[in-house]
Amino acid sequence: MNMLIYLIPVALFLGALGLGAFLWSLRSGQYEDLDGAAWRILSDDNKPDDPRGH
Amino acid sequence: MSCCAPGTEGALDLLGALPSTEELLLSARDLGNGMKQTDLGVPDVYCGACIATIEKALGAMPAVEKARVNLSTKRVSVLWHESVDGETTDPVEIVRTIVTSTGYSAHLFNDAEEAADALKSQLLRGVAVCGFAAANIMLLSVSVWSGADASTRDMFHWISAMIAAPALIYGGRFFYQSAWNVIRRGRTNMDVPIALAITLSYGVSLWETMHHGHHAWFDATVSLLFFLLIGRTLDHIMRERARASISGLARLSPRGAMVLGADDVREYRPVSDIRPGDRIAIAAGERIPVDGIVESGASDLDVSIVNGESAPHPVTKGASVQAGMLSLTGSLVLQATAAARDSFLSEIMSLMEAAEGSRAGYRRLADRVAQFYSPAVHLLAITAFLSWGLLGGDWKQAMLISIAVLIITCPCALGLAVPVVQVVAAGRLFRNGIMVKDGSAMERLAEVEMIVFDKTGTLTVGRPRLLNGGEIDASHLSMAAGLAAHSRHPLSQTLYTRHTGSVPFFEGVEERPGEGLQGFSGGRTYRLGSRRFACDQNSAGASASSEVVLSVDGAELAAFRFEDRARSGAEAAMRELLSKNMSTAILSGDRAAVVERLAKRLSIDAWQSDLSPRGKTDAVSAFAEGGRKVMMVGDGINDAPALRAAHVSMAPATAADIGRQAADFVFMHESLAAVPFAHEMSRRAGTLIRQNFGLAIGYNVIAVPIALAGYATPLIAAVAMSTSSLIVVANALRLNHVRAGERAVAQDAELEISPGARTA
Repeated sequence: MNMLIYLIPVALFLGALGLGAFLWSLRSGQYEDLDGAAWRILSDDNKPDDPRGH
Repeated sequence: MSCCAPGTEGALDLLGALPSTEELLLSARDLGNGMKQTDLGVPDVYCGACIATIEKALGAMPAVEKARVNLSTKRVSVLWHESVDGETTDPVEIVRTIVTSTGYSAHLFNDAEEAADALKSQLLRGVAVCGFAAANIMLLSVSVWSGADASTRDMFHWISAMIAAPALIYGGRFFYQSAWNVIRRGRTNMDVPIALAITLSYGVSLWETMHHGHHAWFDATVSLLFFLLIGRTLDHIMRERARASISGLARLSPRGAMVLGADDVREYRPVSDIRPGDRIAIAAGERIPVDGIVESGASDLDVSIVNGESAPHPVTKGASVQAGMLSLTGSLVLQATAAARDSFLSEIMSLMEAAEGSRAGYRRLADRVAQFYSPAVHLLAITAFLSWGLLGGDWKQAMLISIAVLIITCPCALGLAVPVVQVVAAGRLFRNGIMVKDGSAMERLAEVEMIVFDKTGTLTVGRPRLLNGGEIDASHLSMAAGLAAHSRHPLSQTLYTRHTGSVPFFEGVEERPGEGLQGFSGGRTYRLGSRRFACDQNSAGASASSEVVLSVDGAELAAFRFEDRARSGAEAAMRELLSKNMSTAILSGDRAAVVERLAKRLSIDAWQSDLSPRGKTDAVSAFAEGGRKVMMVGDGINDAPALRAAHVSMAPATAADIGRQAADFVFMHESLAAVPFAHEMSRRAGTLIRQNFGLAIGYNVIAVPIALAGYATPLIAAVAMSTSSLIVVANALRLNHVRAGERAVAQDAELEISPGARTA
């Protein structure tokens, strides 16, 4: 049962990582224009774009 | 609908006036360093090509630093330099670039509605945190159920408790706040049993954990919260999307006006700063911002949005005008008689406040269910507690069983039953160009037995159509078009767009408001306008249709007759409504002859004409008092009180601001097929909601006896709760596969490309 001491924190950490990633993507405005993003992936000019504006 | 084809510069004139430089500067946000940001609504963009066209066109302008289109909210955000190489930037150029590159209109929207949607982010974060907590706790719970015992189980329970606590506070606060608000007012809603259940079950589970108990309910508590938050978030997103789309529409009331000072100094002021007594200059093509009296000048006013009359109204010195009218042909100087908030609109506002229709007393289906559901659940839990305690004598056992009852009956599926269906239905409507303000509107629409239409701008498009085009000699038509090219009058615009090919040139064309146009060619005087003006006659025949006469040196060449064009799909929509046994009626502010002819063509039996705003409201109330649930479809300022008085209401996207705000539904496409389609979808959504309630209650009928008998373990609760939620969601998604009516809306949208293909 000693392995639980590592495994549970590891599991929680990975979960928290996912949660953190979601909260980050939410804050950086990636959910603000879902319809637009679906079209933009098809557009040819590949310049990187920051959805937050400046 | 036409796609964003380049080379549609000609559309510029038809799309109406662009916002003025002053308006744009007033609304631009200053970012410092000589940078400004302007947000514009572009309600017509709908595909990737539109994004690319607009962003490319704007990006090519030297003044524009960056432009980004948001397709979901249909907005463009433009960052621009105040000046480039010493030259001041005119923001109108930005708007003009959008309009000419795509042929779509672009305009400002009200900044009051721009407040960032903080609640949506909060809800989404709540869902994320609860989802994280629920998944991890479930992981630990599965280990406990599969046989972890003694100290391992205790440790798992403690970890679960530590994960659950912050999630409950963070995600549960929406429910605690809402429950506290209704309890304070001595009422109850769905959130009361939810708040009670999660608090009690957490408390008991914690107590169990401390005493090395076998069962803890942390997983049920948090996954319950997770499901309920999803329902809450969906409900909010649906309303938000509708709100954003509606506020992005064309704004019909002006933002400011040119005020003339004492020494004829011109100053552009926001509408709210205009005082009675101020002199205001109105150019042709501008809307009148406040009530006033014409001090000098003459013009024809488009009054359709104010009182529903389709024919323009000539005004000269001394005439009184009302806010919202549009000056078509001449410029005017007005003396304001009222501030904006006291203008004609305020009269409408007070009528609207008085118009308390059946909707004021309407309670949402979910609330009506909650009214019986929550007392029943609490009663059941208390009964279980008392009977197990008194009969069995084991009060701890009794407590556990009553908690189990609360958890099992917690309206998890009920909380999802309504919002999921309404979100799916609203999504279907949205894809067909119909916005829904909130879920209760769909519930109310499903009950409607009678639909009442306004005429101008609702059943008709509010633009005239040439009736006798076939009888007119082609050379006369081109002459008339040559003169008409100089005017903004709707009849002239129609003549001009009707003619294709080159037009003859006229010298010294002048427009006389209220009369017509006059020009010279080859030494002869050509006139286009009213019969009296063109032929110097004094007889004014009262005709149901508008008439324009072309004359040379006072002799008549041709007479053009016009009639307002019915909205596409109007007849099909009426037939469909008739086939569903829906009664229809027209309530119009226009003249009887015009209304009667349209009513006949659309086979609508009941019609009333020459109605004031109050008259319309009274007519709607009279129908409602006859015991019928009435839906009002209208667009003008004069329809707003009636829209509010009706059980449910709908407005086209071209409606006045106030009409759109009063309406529950707003449809974007021209076709009237939106009306039967929205009704059909609402009816189906209502059926699915009832089915979902049936499923949720059926689940309770099975699960509650198990809980009462004391056999409900956390495992059973978790399985039962998830299953019922999934079934409800799956049932709601069936709405996506209903094919009704959608084709009609889509077909009519296609027809808009070629109006010639459509015959009345």
